[in-house]
Amino acid sequence: MTTTGYLDGKVPTGPIDEKWTSHKFNLKLVNPANKRKYDIIVVGTGLAGASAAASLGELGYNVKVFTFHDSPRRAHSIAAQGGINAAKNYKNDGDSVYRLFYDTVKGGDFRAREGNVYRLAEVSVDIIDQCAAQGVPFAREYSGLLDNRSFGGAQVSRTFYARGQTGQQLLLGAYQALARQVHAGSCTLYNRTEMLDLVVKDGKACGIVVRDLLTGEISRHSAHAVVLATGGYGNVFYLSTNAKGSNTTATWRAHKKGAFFANPCYTQIHPTCIPASDDFQSKLTLMSESLRNDGRIWVPKNPNDTRPAHQIPDEDRDYYLERRYPAFGNLVPRDVASRNSKTQVDEGRGVGPIKNGVYLDFGDSIDRLGRDVIEERYGNLFQMYERITDEDPYKMPMRIYPAVHYTMGGLWVDYNLMSNLPGLYVLGEANFSDHGANRLGASALMQGLADGYFVLPYTIGDYLAGMLGEKPVSTDDPVFAESENEVRDQIRRLLSVNGTRPVDSLYRELGVDIVWEHCGMARNQAGLTQAISDIRSLRDEFWTNVKITDQSESLNTSLEKALRVADFFEMAELMCKDALDREESCGGHFREEYQTEDGEALRNDDRFAYAAAWEWTGESGQQRLNKEELTFEYVKLAQRSYK
Amino acid sequence: MSGSGHGQTMRITLKVWRQDNPSDKGGFQVVDVPGVSPEMSFLEMLDVVNGRLTESGDRPIVFDHDCREGICGSCGVIINGVAHGPERGTATCQLHMRKFSDGDTIAVEPWRAAAFPVIRDLAVDRSAFDRIVEAGGYISAPTGSAIDANMIPIPKPVADASMDAAQCIGCGACVAACPNSAAQLFTSAKLAHLNLMPQGQPERWARTEAMVETMEQFFGSCTNHGECQDACPKEISVDFIAMMNRDYVKSKRKNRQLLSQSI
Amino acid sequence: MATTTVRSSGVSARGLVKPAFRRPQKRLPYPFGLYQSAVGKKWVMGVTGLMLMGFVLVHMIGNLHMYEGPAKFNEYAEALRTLGGHFIPREWALWGLRAGLLGAVALHIHSAVTLTRINRAARPTRYQASRRYRVANTSSRSMRLTGLVVILYVLFHLADLTWGRIFPDTYIYGDVYNNVVQSLSNVPVAIIYIVANVALAVHLRHGAWSLFQSLGWNNPKFNAARRTFANGFAAIILIGNLSFPIMTLAGVVSQDERTAPCHLLDGEPTDICLGDEAKAQFDPTAVAKEGAKK
Repeated sequence: MTTTGYLDGKVPTGPIDEKWTSHKFNLKLVNPANKRKYDIIVVGTGLAGASAAASLGELGYNVKVFTFHDSPRRAHSIAAQGGINAAKNYKNDGDSVYRLFYDTVKGGDFRAREGNVYRLAEVSVDIIDQCAAQGVPFAREYSGLLDNRSFGGAQVSRTFYARGQTGQQLLLGAYQALARQVHAGSCTLYNRTEMLDLVVKDGKACGIVVRDLLTGEISRHSAHAVVLATGGYGNVFYLSTNAKGSNTTATWRAHKKGAFFANPCYTQIHPTCIPASDDFQSKLTLMSESLRNDGRIWVPKNPNDTRPAHQIPDEDRDYYLERRYPAFGNLVPRDVASRNSKTQVDEGRGVGPIKNGVYLDFGDSIDRLGRDVIEERYGNLFQMYERITDEDPYKMPMRIYPAVHYTMGGLWVDYNLMSNLPGLYVLGEANFSDHGANRLGASALMQGLADGYFVLPYTIGDYLAGMLGEKPVSTDDPVFAESENEVRDQIRRLLSVNGTRPVDSLYRELGVDIVWEHCGMARNQAGLTQAISDIRSLRDEFWTNVKITDQSESLNTSLEKALRVADFFEMAELMCKDALDREESCGGHFREEYQTEDGEALRNDDRFAYAAAWEWTGESGQQRLNKEELTFEYVKLAQRSYK
Repeated sequence: MSGSGHGQTMRITLKVWRQDNPSDKGGFQVVDVPGVSPEMSFLEMLDVVNGRLTESGDRPIVFDHDCREGICGSCGVIINGVAHGPERGTATCQLHMRKFSDGDTIAVEPWRAAAFPVIRDLAVDRSAFDRIVEAGGYISAPTGSAIDANMIPIPKPVADASMDAAQCIGCGACVAACPNSAAQLFTSAKLAHLNLMPQGQPERWARTEAMVETMEQFFGSCTNHGECQDACPKEISVDFIAMMNRDYVKSKRKNRQLLSQSI
Repeated sequence: MATTTVRSSGVSARGLVKPAFRRPQKRLPYPFGLYQSAVGKKWVMGVTGLMLMGFVLVHMIGNLHMYEGPAKFNEYAEALRTLGGHFIPREWALWGLRAGLLGAVALHIHSAVTLTRINRAARPTRYQASRRYRVANTSSRSMRLTGLVVILYVLFHLADLTWGRIFPDTYIYGDVYNNVVQSLSNVPVAIIYIVANVALAVHLRHGAWSLFQSLGWNNPKFNAARRTFANGFAAIILIGNLSFPIMTLAGVVSQDERTAPCHLLDGEPTDICLGDEAKAQFDPTAVAKEGAKK
């Protein structure tokens, strides 16, 4: 490996609560009349992409928006259930921008950039205003004012929600704002079109190469700036709560064109998902974390207990979270809850037909509050659970198990959300910036919308202003031809393998047998080393033995999947490499070698208080490490404790 | 454990629509599918079939799907003559094979409507829905222009009714189920979501007229059968259609009035 | 933008969705512009349907006079002709109502035909496997058929009892009781009436609910009652209208009810045929002319 480089996050100087305000003033502006002279490409139409495209369109830029879905409304932001945080302090319970900032830095286990997090907390209040103005039907109290709830163990009620479908309603708001711009002509929508390469000229991002999923056509698009809002890489695990289509291809191709990939080992495992039922399982379903407010988690004390749950008396049950963490009990943070479930299952006390879950029991709450109250709070979740498992959670405890849910890592960006490649901006889950090593509940929606509505529209002008009068790079330029050829070559190679294993079979082996096994909830050096070598040999098999029977250039879902899985193979390797390199435990990254006597995560701030930004050097697994040192001026470094 | 038990499997006969491209005539392919677990979702069953088709050198079945938790609205096929299959209030991805019996023949067909042309196999093009939303399915609130969210209190029943309508996932089952391929339930749900809100009032009449008339360029008309409500995975009520009809008739008058006042 | 791919399938799946129905080129002024849209057509269908429901109900109630005997029944018929009393000439009000009904029927049919055309075009390729409807019922699925039956029946009904073309030998202008009894005591005719009225009731069962939707009359307070209303309305019309042929066939209503044969002897109606008022206004020459025509 070559020597380590150092990166500057370009966080403005000054007191933390004035950084963003003064930075906005210092940013260069683009004259309103000149905005239409700039082309901007936005890839992805989730919360971050749709809100950014709509806002940029409103400002007057020419925006080209790309989504691989048939409609922008299908992006996976739609599946977020719980809510969105904002420091409105409507509940008068002591919340403030500073408290949200503090909670986020601490919750992120001190691996996030303070300046970014403060800005996120600051604009969170504007997001709620913006969304309410768009007509998002947030839950209301009888007074007609907005309702809030406490979420994910937060000590204040700062979460706004729309039943169990907050993500859906926020995404529809952003989608509708985008639709308005499409209608006005400022945004051009390319649906069912997948980005397959980033085009870089003289070190600057200048366009993309895309594949029309309907016709197979490969085409080139150039612009003054490229914005990636393409989500996370959780599907590297094959089984996750991500949508089947969620993929890392856009960010990975950008990485291979020079963008640094930061902290890939930070993956969040959500504790309350429905356990897999068998090998055919195609994805996992998350149930809102709010269930832990009223449910009690337990396993039978005797691993061989075969009695149905309701016949096991209290003395034979182990409420292990309440036992180990008397203060927080069932409401410990996600990573702690998840790891404890894993321990129980690994030690053979798992429940369910294949002993891969733990009980989440509402019996006591139903006795105490009545079935009606529980039904009002969680009715739709109970219904969903029953539909999937055919078990009635009012009578039988739910079975839950952790599943991959969110990835904190992503392309490295500076304070302006620009990657190390000038002209390339990365928003939402696709970037690494705000959550550190662990994300708080109800903060993903907040970050996606903050980036799209309230950060990028200001910061992108600063870059564009310097390009006044410049035309975008011509699509006839050799850099475009080169990119297109690479894409075509890759497709040709995949289609010509004609091996024996379907894509899914290889993909499942990668995700479930290797990555989840060795780079999941708990990692160790031996496992990660093993994983890297397994990934390499399976990747070789992929490229020599994959079988794609559909050779057509029309809507070819097997080819689409193969292209995405090809990138997951390289992504997985980097993830393990990063996990191996980070010899500490923090947030979503738990190294078994680095834990306290009580089995809690043990950070090493002296050696690892940095963001690891990996630089592609031409071959998978050979990335070079660049460090962005993290300094904590406002939140004092401390070990998390939930005892 | 559940009655369906573990380890038991079913054998079904899948009669699935195959159509190579939009102008291909297409037809049913009959596939024998042994080893179906009752715990599988319908789409997981299709995954299994696709794996086997690939292994035997056949082309896998193309179908739209994404979140597989009933919220993105990507999936949707006609199963035994019913949109999204036999279970009410459920999208195809949340339908489980335990709803079928060993030995069943299951006919699977794409949505059919002039506005939803078949792209390939079970995948159809639903972009007409986007055109309807683009015509006015929004509240114009440019970023940054919003007032404090609590400045406009909204009575809880109004917010709840609006949310009932806003739940639409845009899957197109209403159109597929409708004997007339009408998109009234989709359009009226979006209109009701926005028209019920105080924030939606300034554009209410312009929005209603534009969305209804765009809808009518693509879809059939409503004859109040009620099939749409029954097929809807979110069980959105046809009451919203009545509301849309009322608003549309009013909009014709209101928009004329607004026009004359602006002169 | 440079694109160089040659498609293998030869058919582009891009840009498949095109408007199937053009917007009207010229927008008519309000309220006529409403009728240019399908929602507007359904609104018109609802309004005209409501008018026709009113007619059907009043018609049925009026016909109940039949059970009061020939005198009262014929008196009622005459009263219809002299609606408007002394203010307007005889039959003008009736013709006014008829014109309204004709207009309503014309619009009802026109909107039905145009909407059917739109709906057929909205699904050019039908489902290839069998469909299973779960909510749409016989009533809603058969509106076109029952509508057609009803309109054919109305024509027959007019030819029979208004124009006297079905039984010209026994038809007597003005003697409504005689005409009805002569007609309905004929079994095939009675069957036509029965079948047609069942069709009408089936049509009403959906229509009387559907109009609330089309006109946008919905409110959680009475939404459930809308179905009850429609079913009740259809049932009342069905029972009332079916009673006429059934009672006639059963002999409850018959020529025997008369104390004397109802014939126009020497151009003079008998007392029993017409009430006093009607008799006073009766124009024997007109009747004679009518009779001569036959």
